[in-house]
Amino acid sequence: MGSTSAENTEYTGDIANTGDIANAGPATHPADTGSAGVGRRDLIKRSAALGLISVPAMSFLSACASGGGDDEEKAEAGEKTAKNPLGVNDTAGMEFVLFDGGFGKEYAEDAVKIYETNFPEATVKFSATQKIQSTLQPRFNQGTPPDLIDNSGAEQMDMGVLSSKNQLADLTPLLDAPSYDDPDKKVRDTLRPGIVEMGRLDGDPVWIMYYAYTVYGVWYSQKALDSLDEQYPETWDQMLAVCEKAKKQGIAGWTYAGKYPYYIPFSLYPMIGKVGGVEVLDAIDNLEPNAWRHPAVKACFDAYYELYRKGYILKGTPGLDHIQSQTAWAKGDALFIPNGSWVENESANVIPEDFNLAVSAPTGIDSSDKLPFGTIWASGGEPFIVPAKAKNGTGGMEQLRIMLSEASSKNFTSKVKSLTAYNGGTDGITLTPGLTSGVAALEKAGENVVNPRMQDWYVQLQKEQIGVAGLGEMMAGRLTPAETIKKIQDYADATAKDSSIKHYKHQ
Amino acid sequence: MQHGKYRFIVGFLAVPLGLYTLFVVWPFIQSIYYSFTDWTGLSPDFKMVGFDNYERMLNDDIFWKSLQHSLLFALLLPVVTIGLALFLAFMINVGGRKRKGGPVITGVRGSSFYKIVYFFPQVLSIAIVALLFSFAYNPDSGAINSILRGIGLDSVQPLWLGDPNLALWAVMAVLVWSTVGFFVVLFSAGMASIPVELYEAALLDGAGRSTTFFRVTLPLLWDTVQSGWVYMGILALGAESFAVVQIMTTGPGGPDYSTTVLVLYVYQKAFRDGQAAYATTIGVALLIVTLAFAAIVMRLGRRERLEY
Repeated sequence: MGSTSAENTEYTGDIANTGDIANAGPATHPADTGSAGVGRRDLIKRSAALGLISVPAMSFLSACASGGGDDEEKAEAGEKTAKNPLGVNDTAGMEFVLFDGGFGKEYAEDAVKIYETNFPEATVKFSATQKIQSTLQPRFNQGTPPDLIDNSGAEQMDMGVLSSKNQLADLTPLLDAPSYDDPDKKVRDTLRPGIVEMGRLDGDPVWIMYYAYTVYGVWYSQKALDSLDEQYPETWDQMLAVCEKAKKQGIAGWTYAGKYPYYIPFSLYPMIGKVGGVEVLDAIDNLEPNAWRHPAVKACFDAYYELYRKGYILKGTPGLDHIQSQTAWAKGDALFIPNGSWVENESANVIPEDFNLAVSAPTGIDSSDKLPFGTIWASGGEPFIVPAKAKNGTGGMEQLRIMLSEASSKNFTSKVKSLTAYNGGTDGITLTPGLTSGVAALEKAGENVVNPRMQDWYVQLQKEQIGVAGLGEMMAGRLTPAETIKKIQDYADATAKDSSIKHYKHQ
Repeated sequence: MQHGKYRFIVGFLAVPLGLYTLFVVWPFIQSIYYSFTDWTGLSPDFKMVGFDNYERMLNDDIFWKSLQHSLLFALLLPVVTIGLALFLAFMINVGGRKRKGGPVITGVRGSSFYKIVYFFPQVLSIAIVALLFSFAYNPDSGAINSILRGIGLDSVQPLWLGDPNLALWAVMAVLVWSTVGFFVVLFSAGMASIPVELYEAALLDGAGRSTTFFRVTLPLLWDTVQSGWVYMGILALGAESFAVVQIMTTGPGGPDYSTTVLVLYVYQKAFRDGQAAYATTIGVALLIVTLAFAAIVMRLGRRERLEY
């Protein structure tokens, strides 16, 4: 389950308050209390007293929604030693709130145990929840956030807003600290490419530590391709040929999460990067004028639209959600699906034993593309943050340092079938087919790993405008590529002009 | 009971009124206040920005689209739901043919069974209903398209929620399905309290089913219908429409903004985009729409009360 692409199919509570309390008043009450136990006068006095209480209570509550925010006492710094390079106060408590999603909570509990062993006098308060925002937003507002948060899932808090409001701690001390396994190597040198850059939003500080590592691309069954006697196609002509061959056997070429068309970019964006170079993707992320009008974008949109025109898209796809499309694909109704590496875990119960799951970097147009075949999108998932107002932020960072050790990383990979930000950590454990293929794809990509930031920087633009209103309409055949590009460019321009949105730039 | 009567009443009302003010009126005032700020919802610091949010809202295409859909929900859903519920309740309670030896006024055969069946959806949470229907609307393997295929309509395989022209109607149908049962039961209870003599008199005068319905049942049921109308309108503007749109639709709110509603937009702005102040601004607009709806229904529906 990807942090930024998890669908919210959960009913998250009533927005409208119908105010049932209004009906809770006393409906009937004997009027003649003169002779009964409690005198009428007493009653009046008592209710008046209650009424009086509620007045100061109100002024107290007025501070509730957005009040507080006074400086909290921070834990004193401990002594910096070789074993404790961050200088954690070994008696201070540490609070860690984890998103309890597709990766579960076991991996974090294991890491907490190590923290407790290393600092036996410290008490760690660990909790896991799916409701990150509902539990933590009030605590940020009151200035009493926990020390480490896995800010993930459908209730992810907007990190651009958090950082611009000075709510996040800079993680540079952690990155510059010696790594857990090798004191001669800094933590930043043990991470996979792009992880540190992703943690930046504006300028040098690193606000976010992405722990999981996701490989995006075109996912398929090697067995299905073998039975068609085909290889994964490297040029678009070959792609169309494979789809045609499949169509003759009654198999659709592609399907995608029709109800969440922002899954299409998982293979479309790296394809644009491959065809036109990384600059095109950067220009798109930077919301530069006419970024979408680049010929590479048009070529890729035309290529994808061709899939629709030739009838290679599974029938009914625009009405399928991510689970339904993955299920149809796992049943063998379609060959290819754009997705991320969480699909192996998410659809584990429908993917057959002999499916031989594999991922490939996206197919390009032809040999004139700027970057070689193998150019892939891979980036961090599960964003961990340390709040600026945390009592024991150093403790939170130390917990992260522990999690970024080889042993913890291996533990994560073997438990939840996903890579981590730690570069390596796959030796000596048996990898699932999808994971093996992901590691191979990363090796093949080498330097050519692209990392479009649209989905972290401009959620609304990426999801409902580029995704649903643009690509979704085009792939359903209701817009031509030229119309789609114009529409998306207009949305991007509007976002660039919107002063209520925080803007970012590639450094 | 004369001396100090008002003091006595006030004494009793102080607590409930205090609670009401604290938990209902006060949040309203607070959110109106926040709509004049730039509060993100994620940090305690914010400043006043005057009418900026309102200006922005008036120029926001998505806001107008949401408003349009919300109004359509508020106008159309009560008409369809209450109309259907009245018809069903009438058939269950009054519409039956006279059977030999039976009571004069009776429902169609098996009406008590129907009453229970109609009420079933009410037992399910709206979230579950929405989820079930999003399976049913699956164009590939969903129940609806399978039935269409089953009866030989292979060429009619709509995308339902994936089609911008159908999605909004598909969502509305779910709301009708899930709420109509409640109103059937509500109206049945109302009809049961209408004296049988009135029906008998109408029958003796030779009134048919539709005359009986429009001349006897509906006027005597008017109060119930009216409150049902307001209730249904609020439901369509508020929580229920949020749940179905959020759970079922593309995006949610799509395809291409064809199903977005005000409550969904409030939610997205507050909890996805970190723009709580702007969200409360839309919330204020929603409040005005809701109040206006209730006022209009009350005003249009005002009639003389019939005593019986």
